[in-house]
Amino acid sequence: MNSREITTQISKAADFLNLKKWDYGASFSNDYSVQVDKGEAKQLKASQKQILTIRVWNQSNLVGITTTSDISESGIKKALKQANIASDFGNKNESTEFSPLAKDPIKVKEVKKRNPVGIKKLLTVLREAEVKLLESHESIKSVPYNGLSESFFERVYANSEGAFRSYSKSQAALYLYARAEEKNKKPRSSGSVKLGYGADDIDIESCIKEASNKTISHLNYSSIKTDKYLICFSPESFLTIINAFSSMFNARSIIDGVSLSNKNSIGEKLSTEALNIYDDGLHEKNISSTPFDGEGTPTKRLCLINRGRIENFIHSESTARIFKTTPTGHAGLGSKVSVSPDWIIVEKSDENFDLKTSLDHSTYEGEFVYIEELNAIHAGVRASQGSFSLPFDGWLYKNGKKISIESATVAGDIKYLLKNIVNIESSQEVTTSGISPHIWVDELSITGDA
Amino acid sequence: MLSSQIKSNEIVFGSCNKDLLEEIIFYAIGLGADFVEIFIENTDNSSVLAEEDFITSVSPSFGRGAGIRIFKGKKDGFVSTNDLTKHGLMRSVSQAIEMLDITDNKRELFNGLNKHRDYSLSKKKWINEVPSIHEISEKLLVSTKSLKKNNKIITRKGSYSRNLQEVIIASSDGTYVSDIRLHQTVGLNVIASDAQYRSSGSRRFGSSGMPNEFRLWDHEKAANDVFESSMNMLYADYVDAGQMPVVLANKFGGVIFHEACGHLLETTQIERGTTPFENKLNEKIAHESVTAIDEGISEGSFGSLSVDDEGMEPEKSVLIKDGILKKFISDRAGELRTGHKRTGSGRRQNYSFAAASRMRNTYIAKGEYSKEDLINSISEGLYCKSMGGGSVGATGQFNFAVEEGYLIKNGKLTSPVKGATLIGEAKEVMPKISMCGNDLELAPGFCGSISGSVNVTVGQPHIKVDSITVGGR
Repeated sequence: MNSREITTQISKAADFLNLKKWDYGASFSNDYSVQVDKGEAKQLKASQKQILTIRVWNQSNLVGITTTSDISESGIKKALKQANIASDFGNKNESTEFSPLAKDPIKVKEVKKRNPVGIKKLLTVLREAEVKLLESHESIKSVPYNGLSESFFERVYANSEGAFRSYSKSQAALYLYARAEEKNKKPRSSGSVKLGYGADDIDIESCIKEASNKTISHLNYSSIKTDKYLICFSPESFLTIINAFSSMFNARSIIDGVSLSNKNSIGEKLSTEALNIYDDGLHEKNISSTPFDGEGTPTKRLCLINRGRIENFIHSESTARIFKTTPTGHAGLGSKVSVSPDWIIVEKSDENFDLKTSLDHSTYEGEFVYIEELNAIHAGVRASQGSFSLPFDGWLYKNGKKISIESATVAGDIKYLLKNIVNIESSQEVTTSGISPHIWVDELSITGDA
Repeated sequence: MLSSQIKSNEIVFGSCNKDLLEEIIFYAIGLGADFVEIFIENTDNSSVLAEEDFITSVSPSFGRGAGIRIFKGKKDGFVSTNDLTKHGLMRSVSQAIEMLDITDNKRELFNGLNKHRDYSLSKKKWINEVPSIHEISEKLLVSTKSLKKNNKIITRKGSYSRNLQEVIIASSDGTYVSDIRLHQTVGLNVIASDAQYRSSGSRRFGSSGMPNEFRLWDHEKAANDVFESSMNMLYADYVDAGQMPVVLANKFGGVIFHEACGHLLETTQIERGTTPFENKLNEKIAHESVTAIDEGISEGSFGSLSVDDEGMEPEKSVLIKDGILKKFISDRAGELRTGHKRTGSGRRQNYSFAAASRMRNTYIAKGEYSKEDLINSISEGLYCKSMGGGSVGATGQFNFAVEEGYLIKNGKLTSPVKGATLIGEAKEVMPKISMCGNDLELAPGFCGSISGSVNVTVGQPHIKVDSITVGGR
């Protein structure tokens, strides 16, 4: 069944079961991936997947939901019946409705959908990439984590009031994580990830070069003394921190009492006036963009922090109604609708007079710690408390030298971090999770082994 | 039921599918596969969330799918699909064969499937024995109400999930197995707040194969535990960073061994060349006080199985005996690629993942000391009563958050501290576990790795690590 036929099938089955109000979200995907090990194919994988999530409203306007991979006629009927039963336990304290924007026009980026290149080509490309990476430096002994994949999928949202949205796209990903070993030294590992609309669009050479350079640059390492340091966050690591604490801008988290913000936090000063943060799922560089969210609301650019102050929260239909505003296109589709950011853009505002512009990661000669990549986010971030303690890959810049840091964590508080931003560099970099310049923060605690 | 009684062009759960499965396997072998494995599942899951004094989410789900894995030499092709018809399964086989680019004429023998080993016979009634959504909702609401012990508790949550998975496994070595797995888990969480101070507390409980377990769960005891933990930590100061001796509590304290050492003993790590223990079999890798076990047989434990996802009954594997490395955790691909015998540890989240060597119930065996003996032996250090999550990097370095910690001074527990993380590497820390308590206890958890998220148990008695890096402020 295609998406129109599924919609018709659900409509018929709902009529038969006397269910007047329903909506659904579905995704259909075909994925292909390869992994190699020293020139040999290791695992080749293909999957065909379909997921359907149906919500129904009962006569008391309570919502029930069911998710299934069975999109046969009987599967759809069973899902509707189960959702109807679940609606007896619908949340009486917070109602859910269709998004008022579910029929608004959506902006779809004009990106040509790629055709599959096929497993054989994926394998050939990955084999060549592995060889090149192994040959790039004598200390690189293996590429233990590697993969090249391509996905083709369609997403659908429809409801009983006639809303229907469908969007299909292709996406490919390459990751290469190298392991370098030298005598009497600990092994070091680093890597790179690149995305494209198709396998042919991926910048393979830059992925190899980046994985090699990052791994080799950590070969000469040293412990760092536990202390407070001036920190320069790479664009990737700063975006990791902002995403980890995005509950500060999340209306769902605010209602649930797990955010550092509250309903009255709009306008609250969080940082230097030089900082602007946006969420922009439709940004031209965002390969993973989708034009509508789980409730069918169009995706859009939204300012989260304007000149250091909270400007907007991200919303679903129900949180927007509670906050007396409109949905922002950040909802999932579930029994309890989740809210999450799409693609974060960090930039320097025009109110940037208080920044220490001499702090530039490529020219600054004083002592500082450069944080390249933060790890173990799920373990080291307490979003509801605002604290973090995270291991990282990075370097200590001291006396004109750059030394890889052997093993260390950076710890602090997100509000402290944002308040202590001392420079936002001018040049932005595109990463897989958003866009940001390098960000400098004064006085964060580093724990090291020295 | 005899296979000849049912001729179906589609997999039918609860019926004999032998003819169809044999036909698929014959087809794959005929196309040149060395080995063929078919894993088919049918799931019926539900979850319930209570927040404050309301049920805010009830999420049922059901589904079915198949994963077909074909080996040619040491490489394998894996295809997953929701299409359980003969045509759909044949198409998946063809796709796997094509991916592997099999062109030689060598044909393996397939002598048909063995006698059906049906582990599900006594379990078919489970679906009618598990608590209803109504019963679950009522108990969760009582539980969240129990958490409302003072006005500093600002959020209260109780969650329950039930996964019922029916599986059929058939492979070209004759394996033909059916099973039903039931996993239930329930958790409580709170956030406490007073002025600028915030803390949280959480506990999770879980079981496998015990439909009545949720009914027997002592929610009052659990609520008291979570409440006390959050209150103890509410006004705690941040811990000072440094090297120090630590005592790790039993139960979920075992997560460090699981993450930092257990994963390095999976054959997938040998295949990748990412374990420092690859060539250390029968060598000392830990303090002589350490004996570590991975097994899938403890009745009711969250990581227990009647049969693994490759059709093998799980064994009790002594990984480390008195500090000496004795065994790796292995699956079929691990045995093929590394030579380590299978241990009944081939596991996967669902049909869309190929099985891999994964831990089950993993724990450090009990020693001879009391908890007090361990704490009394430290003049200045840290007691980690409750651990949060953690991770291990590609080079074996681990990092774990301490959810509830206390300073040890002159052999006594003193003030609570927050913000601590434990940082180290397994091969350096294992020799420093110098004392093991006599109070082994297990705790359920979810482990995410190459073959998805699987149910596991972690555990240990109280243990003392002579020195470890504690991250703080």
